[in-house]
Amino acid sequence: MKLTINGDLHDHPDGLTLQELLHAIGLDARKVAVERNREIVPKSQYGDVVLADGDALEIVHFIGGG
Amino acid sequence: MDFTEDQIRRYARHILLPEVGGTGQATLLGSRVLVVGAGGLGSPLVLYLAAAGVGTIGLVDDDTVDLSNLQRQIAHTTARLGMAKVDSAAEAVAQINPDVRIIRHRTRLDIDNVLGLLDGYDIVADGSDNFATRFLLNDACHFARKTLVSAAILRFDGQLSTYKTHAGGPCYRCIFREPPPPGQIPSCAEAGVLGAVAGTLGTLQATEVVKELLGIGTGMSGQLLIYDALETTFRTVRVKPDPGCPLCGPAPTITTLEAPYAPNVCAG
Repeated sequence: MKLTINGDLHDHPDGLTLQELLHAIGLDARKVAVERNREIVPKSQYGDVVLADGDALEIVHFIGGG
Repeated sequence: MDFTEDQIRRYARHILLPEVGGTGQATLLGSRVLVVGAGGLGSPLVLYLAAAGVGTIGLVDDDTVDLSNLQRQIAHTTARLGMAKVDSAAEAVAQINPDVRIIRHRTRLDIDNVLGLLDGYDIVADGSDNFATRFLLNDACHFARKTLVSAAILRFDGQLSTYKTHAGGPCYRCIFREPPPPGQIPSCAEAGVLGAVAGTLGTLQATEVVKELLGIGTGMSGQLLIYDALETTFRTVRVKPDPGCPLCGPAPTITTLEAPYAPNVCAG
């Protein structure tokens, strides 16, 4: 399936969960939030959310400066 | 309330707005806002709230003005280097608007003082520079049922949201579950920040605080604004309450402020 991640198109196997995707692309879930189709995916659902062909994902980085 | 002639002139451009008017201006003059952090975000935030005539502004910061602050922290001046930031900001506010009372809390927010500091304020704005304070303030505002208007900056990036768990909205932990592992996210001191980005986000924050106080427009509860200054893009994404949120979810595991808060990993 095709996923758009931060604006770039990527090929990933069907049936991937968000948690599996983050692991595959080497992202530490503790350091990011993930937006899927303009909605933040709740942290508790990373293992349950099965990604679909055409999904657009944006990685939202944790920033805390003021 | 009755306005003085000076007040009618000072706030004329607000009073002209149907969404504000004399009634809204009187509401602002009677409002109490707590601003946490008198730095890059807190500077424009407190200056705009003061100019707007928010009657009482509490300011929490234990730091003093340093030369490296002045590239972005516009409430402070070269002449006030070394002065407590709460005192420096209070001077700036006094020069803008003598109607405004600044309550100086020259302290660092901690588990023992946070609920006492929130008491008596209508709304809270987070302009702090570290994750420990951000999570502590989020949790305390949830327990105290206070609206929290929160912004953060780093490099060329900014984020803004409003957390109103008392009105069914999500909290900071619904987006970012817990503080990042220490040392994993750089601070502004380590990675830098464009000064005007602090101004952009702090000013947006001031707008959202005024909207919340007046109950006008669409607030940022349930939404996260993401600003990329290099690309000049603003994106707004939806945030729903996380049913697994350890703080505001239906089966919370954080029920008091006794949870350990991470050491400061992002000193701004």
